[in-house]
Amino acid sequence: MPSLTEHMTAPSFNSVQIGDELPTLQLPPVNRAMLALFAGASGDHNPIHIDIDAARRAGLADVFAQGMLGMAWVARLITQWAPQSTLRRFEVRFLGITHLGHAMRCAGRVVEKLEYAGERCVRIEVQSANQFGQSKIVGEALVALP
Amino acid sequence: MIDKKWIGHELPVSVILIERGRLRFFAEATGDTRAVYTDAAAARDAGFADLPAPPTFLFAAELDSGASDQLLAKLEIPIAKLLHGEQGFTYHRAVCAGDTVTVRSTISDIYERKNGALEFVVKTSRAHNQHDELVAELRAVLVCRH
Repeated sequence: MPSLTEHMTAPSFNSVQIGDELPTLQLPPVNRAMLALFAGASGDHNPIHIDIDAARRAGLADVFAQGMLGMAWVARLITQWAPQSTLRRFEVRFLGITHLGHAMRCAGRVVEKLEYAGERCVRIEVQSANQFGQSKIVGEALVALP
Repeated sequence: MIDKKWIGHELPVSVILIERGRLRFFAEATGDTRAVYTDAAAARDAGFADLPAPPTFLFAAELDSGASDQLLAKLEIPIAKLLHGEQGFTYHRAVCAGDTVTVRSTISDIYERKNGALEFVVKTSRAHNQHDELVAELRAVLVCRH
């Protein structure tokens, strides 16, 4: 059994293997308060995310989550695994709309060990999917490990 | 149709002062209450000068300044038809509370898919701190659906 201390230790280049999975990050279901808070905190005041009347005028049934909220959650997945200071690159594609009630689960997997710009790095594939298994975000990150 | 003449267009420069309170608000809004993102002393213990801006935070710069809204108006993209297609960050240096970050963006490409049913705008950005050091590069793909 790995000890608690080992779990909490940041990964190192030598200890990490291709195929290793990052501890998943399970988010609570999206609600309107989350969207309102993120609108204020992120600076994205697009009313389509916070005002049901604006969403309906745009032909939608209801408000929906800001893409960057989903990306911020994926960033948490990564920085809970390795400190932010090790993050070199992070890119995602948004595949679909995250609706109210969607409980996103962020997951990641080490797919490559490489040297990049003189540093030993790992490439991680990341994704975020709801409770129905629908993928909303896919992407990858490059992390430099000691 | 988005006029291709905007390829090469430079957005007005956006300057964002990174504030502790805003970063704590962002941490709350993304559900990330770890000490390194909320407590300046813990951030310093982790090697940062102050609370670090989380990996996706700099996207706020052009929302706060209004440059994003101005761009949509110039390109005649109604906000109700706007989707975020892709987002990427390349990190060069930490950004912390107390820093002033200047973001300069260029429209690097405009293209369409599905016979014009979807139009794509690619925006690339460079972010420098108050010491004129490159802190991050950003790449956004905006989608206008018809």
